[in-house]
Amino acid sequence: MIEFDHVHKRFGGHVVIDDLSLRIGSGEFFVLVGPSGSGKSTLLRTVNRLVPIDAGQVRIDGEDVATRDVEILRRGIGYAIQSVGLFPHRTVAENIATVPRLLHWPEHEIRARTTELLALLRLDEPGMEARYPHTLSGGQQQRVGVARALAARPRIVLMDEPFGALDPLTRESLQASLKAIQRDTGTTILFVTHDMDEAFGLGDRVGLMLDGGLVQVGSPLELLHAPADDRVRDFVGGARARLRELAIRTVGDNMRRGEHADGDPVDAAASLQDALAAMLAQGRDRLPVQAHDERVGAIVLADLVSRRA
Amino acid sequence: MRVAVSLALLVALLVVLPHSAAWFHAWQPEVSHPLYSRHSFFALTLSHVGLVVAATSVAVAVGLGLGIVATRPAGRALLPTVRAVAVIGQTVPPVAVLAIAVPLLGFGAAPTLLALALYGVLPVLGQTVAGLDQVPKPVLHAADGMGYGRWRRLLEVELPLAAGPIMAGVRLSAIVGVGTATIGSAVGATTLGSPIVEGLVGNNAAYVVQGALLVGALALTVDAALAALERRIRRAPREHR
Repeated sequence: MIEFDHVHKRFGGHVVIDDLSLRIGSGEFFVLVGPSGSGKSTLLRTVNRLVPIDAGQVRIDGEDVATRDVEILRRGIGYAIQSVGLFPHRTVAENIATVPRLLHWPEHEIRARTTELLALLRLDEPGMEARYPHTLSGGQQQRVGVARALAARPRIVLMDEPFGALDPLTRESLQASLKAIQRDTGTTILFVTHDMDEAFGLGDRVGLMLDGGLVQVGSPLELLHAPADDRVRDFVGGARARLRELAIRTVGDNMRRGEHADGDPVDAAASLQDALAAMLAQGRDRLPVQAHDERVGAIVLADLVSRRA
Repeated sequence: MRVAVSLALLVALLVVLPHSAAWFHAWQPEVSHPLYSRHSFFALTLSHVGLVVAATSVAVAVGLGLGIVATRPAGRALLPTVRAVAVIGQTVPPVAVLAIAVPLLGFGAAPTLLALALYGVLPVLGQTVAGLDQVPKPVLHAADGMGYGRWRRLLEVELPLAAGPIMAGVRLSAIVGVGTATIGSAVGATTLGSPIVEGLVGNNAAYVVQGALLVGALALTVDAALAALERRIRRAPREHR
């Protein structure tokens, strides 16, 4: 659990974080979203004390981070950044093993963990562990960066626009990997991005940050359906908010159970956006839904268009 | 390859020169002692190398230390001063340092060692600062975020990534040292400059040639060896970064 308690931070005369309080639960995937300069990266860095705060308190599981030994604190928190920052003089395996080494894990455990992470992040092509960062693609480098952040099984991981520099396909594949890993491990993730689609796709809850303060905190659907003010409404996309909503909601939650339809089926776990795309592609306004290779119902265009929540 | 050739040349000269009196007599028949014999060429070479190694070691220790201090957050304020001193220091010729050192330290190896060490500090210092400055900022940021302490970050991340440039500075320092040590003979140090100085004073061109050949071969060898070492360090994993 991460708690920000009336946190203040200024750089020179400029207020970057203005009396901010927030509580992030254990196992939660929390996304801070906002434009450049809104203070979201600064807030993230107060957790591992890369940025010291001027007033207030940041607590992890009830303990003020300011009272912890800073190196031990940081070794216990995963950290991934947009520019990755892999060590150019170390191999992929050595990069991943960085924090376990700092924590003096036994060598065989480090090797086992590295192998496990290479597989988890789909970096398991032969010879990968012995390669140097400069021989990897941008997407592979960031996968190594994420593996390095997860290596010591931290209960909290901080991620500062880790996928910001990647092409859309690579980004989506990494987002999917990360979301799956987070669900499986129950890691608490605090994730910073300026990309609303990324925020809504990943976050259990999203906090919209503007000018050093949180304007609204809630689930993606809460932000879409009940924006706190016009700034939030603008930021979540105005008229295009409905499209974002389709990307978040699943077919399974919105289908007509037991009804029949013709055409190629869509999966119950797919998003409504995928279903809409399939309808457009097949030229139909209702499609069968399948779950575990069994027809379970139908998804209907009119239901997507209606304002039913 | 270059190391082997230049080393072979040096060894060949050390073997052949002591037996070359007849050739130098044929070239300079009017000189009564055509072969320098106050010290053996081998002893001169050893003494020359010893002086350079000692001076370069001091230079590396001081240059590396100052360079590290000047690039720490607490020492950043020193950086412009350190750079200015390094540049001004480089404009003073070694002979001037020798001239100043002699009244303080007397004749012999001591003033030469001082001049060589002072001179050698500058390239090491300059390259240390440059090398540490070019370590990518995201790498340092990531290292901090993962919980490296200052010393550990310096030893395990910064210095390995700056090793190439630093080694270039060490090499320059040693090469300048090999040349400058020759002048040290003018103030009484025993080096490969001794036959050259004595030859110039006594109008004996044979001595000058003998000293110059050995200094030349030694300089080539030292340069080749350090260049090979530098290449190995630079090549390590980072050639296409």
